[in-house]
Amino acid sequence: MGADRVAAIAGVAESDLGDVAPKTAMQLQAEAARSALAEAGLTFADVDAVLSAGGETFAPSMAVGEYLGIRPRYTDSTNIGGSSFVAHAGHAYRAIEAGLCEVALITYGSTQRSQASRSLGRGGGVRGTAQFEGVWGLPAPVGAYALAATRHMHEYGTTAEQLAEVAVATRAWAAMNPRAFMRDPITIDDVLGSRWIAEPLHLLDCCLVTDGGGAVVIVSRERARDLRLPPVWILGHGESHTHLGIASMPDLTTTPAVHSGAAAFGMAGLTPADVDVTELYDSFTITVLLTLEALGFCGRGESGAFVGGQRTAPGGSFPLNTNGGGLSYCHPGMYGIFTLIEATRQLRGESGPRQVDGARVALANGTGGVLSSAATVVLGRD
Amino acid sequence: MTERAFPVADAVTTPFWEGVAEGVLRVQRCGACGRHVFYPRAVCPHCTTGELAWVEAGGGGRVHSFTVVHRAPAEYREEAPYVVALVELDEGVRLMTRLVDVAPADVRVDMPVEVAIQGDPRLPYFRPRR
Repeated sequence: MGADRVAAIAGVAESDLGDVAPKTAMQLQAEAARSALAEAGLTFADVDAVLSAGGETFAPSMAVGEYLGIRPRYTDSTNIGGSSFVAHAGHAYRAIEAGLCEVALITYGSTQRSQASRSLGRGGGVRGTAQFEGVWGLPAPVGAYALAATRHMHEYGTTAEQLAEVAVATRAWAAMNPRAFMRDPITIDDVLGSRWIAEPLHLLDCCLVTDGGGAVVIVSRERARDLRLPPVWILGHGESHTHLGIASMPDLTTTPAVHSGAAAFGMAGLTPADVDVTELYDSFTITVLLTLEALGFCGRGESGAFVGGQRTAPGGSFPLNTNGGGLSYCHPGMYGIFTLIEATRQLRGESGPRQVDGARVALANGTGGVLSSAATVVLGRD
Repeated sequence: MTERAFPVADAVTTPFWEGVAEGVLRVQRCGACGRHVFYPRAVCPHCTTGELAWVEAGGGGRVHSFTVVHRAPAEYREEAPYVVALVELDEGVRLMTRLVDVAPADVRVDMPVEVAIQGDPRLPYFRPRR
């Protein structure tokens, strides 16, 4: 592995997941933060960098800092959608490298399920650059992903059955995760027989709507010496975005993970063939196909065939979304932080029946907005 | 019930919506690089330097992609299923719209379409080119 060992993930944790009423989003973040720090043998007093996004509050890193009594030297509330936390991991790496901080805390929490705060659209007056897209009744964000799926099918002959392969394989992983929200096995016919949401996407092509929170602690090389658990090194990272609204996406089948992935692999001195386990933001089944292509795990237009025959399921040759993903494990609105949590556990060998034997290199990729942003990290163990 | 969404014009976008009110589809064109721009902007995103002027679009284009919406936002639920599309105008810019005068099952990618301004709020819908 080429990259210097600069910063490592030292602790990860989820909060309660699923339907957590009457808990609050900040409570979930606080619980996850305490657990992740405890895993690293640290306390709030050790934290000198706070990074957060979403969380249903203004300036989330300020809110988290205040709630936990942290006055950081480095702060980051960058919000590029559900990929934000993977981008935060890269930012934490660079801040540590620059000597700006030593112990970075990344958090997220949402109660969108128990608060029923999720909506497909808001109606009323639409201002700013959204005034041209927000007036057509396109359900957000699923409709935009459906537009990408239609285009991928048109250009490459991708089928609904191939999309369904992803949902079925991901559910099989979830069946082995006691924390997963949906654990009953499903078949391709189940996916194709579930009701339409926005063609060509069925209900079971879509992620869950759950509550949940997570936290990730990233520490300097010096701090990583004292950990109780094996450090999980950030070997490479990258981020990009190409648009905000789907009508402005330069190419509906090319996500900005083309750029974030190339940057992360380049920094790590690794290639897709070196990755043992992959955790991708699976907001919709099409998101997985497009991201596999963008990261170079298969060629352009080849992702449908790539996931065929349950290749990404337990026992398949390409272990993917081993926690059950946003499709079946949990999806509290901005899923990206959970890709980091599962990738870390896989590299530590903690994943029990879901463990990918001998995993040494993991990739986590977040996607934000409507295929708008991407952030990638390549992780490795000693 | 939430009210249907409607555009709120601003200093940059007012000529577009005034055009729609008059039954005309307008886009911007850069005086320096000659490229068309949509949505309306204060600067040219292609060349940075040019001044953007309003021009009348021909009104024709092709379906770049589409989705048949079944699970609609609350305020549109009674209209579902309906077709939301991205149309690429002959001028080379892409915009979001809804397709009318066509059954959802008959819509195809690359299908030729033309603008059909209508509705309340008045918006640039598209229909199969006649």
